[in-house]
Amino acid sequence: MSPRQAFAALAVAGAFVLLALAPGLGNDYTTSLLINLMLYGVLATAWGLFCGTTRYISLATVAFFGVGSYTVAVLGERLAWPLVLLAAAAIGALLALLVGLVTLRLSGTYFVIFTFGMTELLRQVVNWYESKVAGSVGRYVFVDAASPGFIYGQLLVLLALVLALGWWLGRSRLGFALRLIGEDEQAARHCGVDTTRSKLLAFTLSSVFMVLAGAIVAPRWTYIDPAIAFNAIVSFQVVIMALLGGTARFWGPVLGVVPLVLLFELLVKYFPNHFPIVLGVVFLLIVYALPRGVVGWVMERGRRRGASS
Amino acid sequence: MPLLDALLTGLTLGGMYALVALGLNLQYGVARIMNLSYGELLIAAAVLAYALFGQLGVSPLLTMLAVVPLAALLGWGIYAFALTPLVRRAPDRDALEADSLLGTFGLLFVVQGVMLVLVGGSYLSYSFLSVPVGVLGTTVAANRLLALAMAVVLGLAVWLLLMRTRVGTAIRAVAVDPVSAQLVAIDVRQLAAAAFALGTVLAGVAGVLVSMFLTFSATMGVLFTMKALIVVIMGGIGNMAGAVVAALMLGLVEALVGTFIDPGLTLAANYALFLAVLLFRPAGLFGKVAR
Repeated sequence: MSPRQAFAALAVAGAFVLLALAPGLGNDYTTSLLINLMLYGVLATAWGLFCGTTRYISLATVAFFGVGSYTVAVLGERLAWPLVLLAAAAIGALLALLVGLVTLRLSGTYFVIFTFGMTELLRQVVNWYESKVAGSVGRYVFVDAASPGFIYGQLLVLLALVLALGWWLGRSRLGFALRLIGEDEQAARHCGVDTTRSKLLAFTLSSVFMVLAGAIVAPRWTYIDPAIAFNAIVSFQVVIMALLGGTARFWGPVLGVVPLVLLFELLVKYFPNHFPIVLGVVFLLIVYALPRGVVGWVMERGRRRGASS
Repeated sequence: MPLLDALLTGLTLGGMYALVALGLNLQYGVARIMNLSYGELLIAAAVLAYALFGQLGVSPLLTMLAVVPLAALLGWGIYAFALTPLVRRAPDRDALEADSLLGTFGLLFVVQGVMLVLVGGSYLSYSFLSVPVGVLGTTVAANRLLALAMAVVLGLAVWLLLMRTRVGTAIRAVAVDPVSAQLVAIDVRQLAAAAFALGTVLAGVAGVLVSMFLTFSATMGVLFTMKALIVVIMGGIGNMAGAVVAALMLGLVEALVGTFIDPGLTLAANYALFLAVLLFRPAGLFGKVAR
């Protein structure tokens, strides 16, 4: 390990220790803000794992997130908490495999629309099922795992895990295969990469983290209905957070999470009516001014400086 | 008889979808940019018609005329100022696709947000030409018939434009192969901008027509975009006749599901149909080219 790597590892470990202590230093409000940061940190990093490397833009984030929340709402009172999480992960993995298998042959634009349509379809079906079969739209979530500190702790662990996975992907054959797919899928296939297997594996891994995030935060709401659990805006938020940070590195999306979570927090508090406008403007700003995110911008500058000196 | 009723409802619905999809078909078929803010622009025209009729008593038909130049300007402006930079920047088609999707997402939220600030999120409707007319033993509102007739007229006009004029031939050439089209002295960018503008005009006109008989809200644009997408992809991109058939099918499926299965499932049926088309017929029902 070079000194630089050792320093980075130490800094990351220090940051996580600080984050673990953070809820004790503030009040309820800061804790809830921290939970939001962790939640979007997990979602954006997980999104970047598959979408950032392969450049398939997925809007299904909230579909998996919602499935996780609903698993908790349905099973939460019947099973022990670790088993609930396990069940959520299993259901999410199955769904991801299914979706992955059927969407593999779709090209870029169609994949985006498909994932968006899938979320809406899920929401409609759950809505219909709840009102027609279960009797009422909306469920109460009463589980023991509802204390903010506990939720925060679980999300922190999940974030550490997803970042570790991203770090490992960066140096594994699978990660290399995914980046190759992102560059040119045809070429990747010719190089002997099993593109189907790689994409499916990465999509499933990333989806499992989204499902778990949805399951962990579900107890915070105490009441959920399809409109809350499958709120399409969340998918869009995750996309722009990841894009703002930049998906060229596994830690890029986190950089976009911090400013945007704070911005959205302020918006919801002070200008709730102008939320979509600002969301749209941020989208446009990123697409036009920072198409490769903060990470891409810094790398570009570094390259330019290297070339001129 | 419920079946006949369902069929008629389905056909009028289908006519409306054909109308809604016309513009998107032009935009995606020629400019090759998936405009995800399409439905929002449509709803914007509907909101305009609603506001003018409610506040000043302006007939929606007049609004429709006024919308034509406005929408043309807007569509051209969007292409020239918002999308051309992306077209220029993109190293390949995949990059342009991703960029334009994200860019039009941004536009979607901006337009939707402005409308939410102006009229709020509640459902809007007004009453214009809602006199019952008897057709084949059942009654249909006159405004629905007008919309259906307009769909037919506009569809025919666009078809004639594409098939019988020089510009139309050039447009089709661009749709088939943008690179080769340049070899025969077609200004692809100009034509794409024109198609984009015309598509926006059609969205605006459809919006005004739809506002006459449908209850709508500022956040409903996405729904129209999805339906237009279903029709365009199912009918085959750039294929106007295919789009009409697809639109009628979509309307019928919706009406039949609503009548015989459960009204709460019509939207789900819509999306299910859409996903099935994407999976099994991504080149459209009549398409031969594999994507």
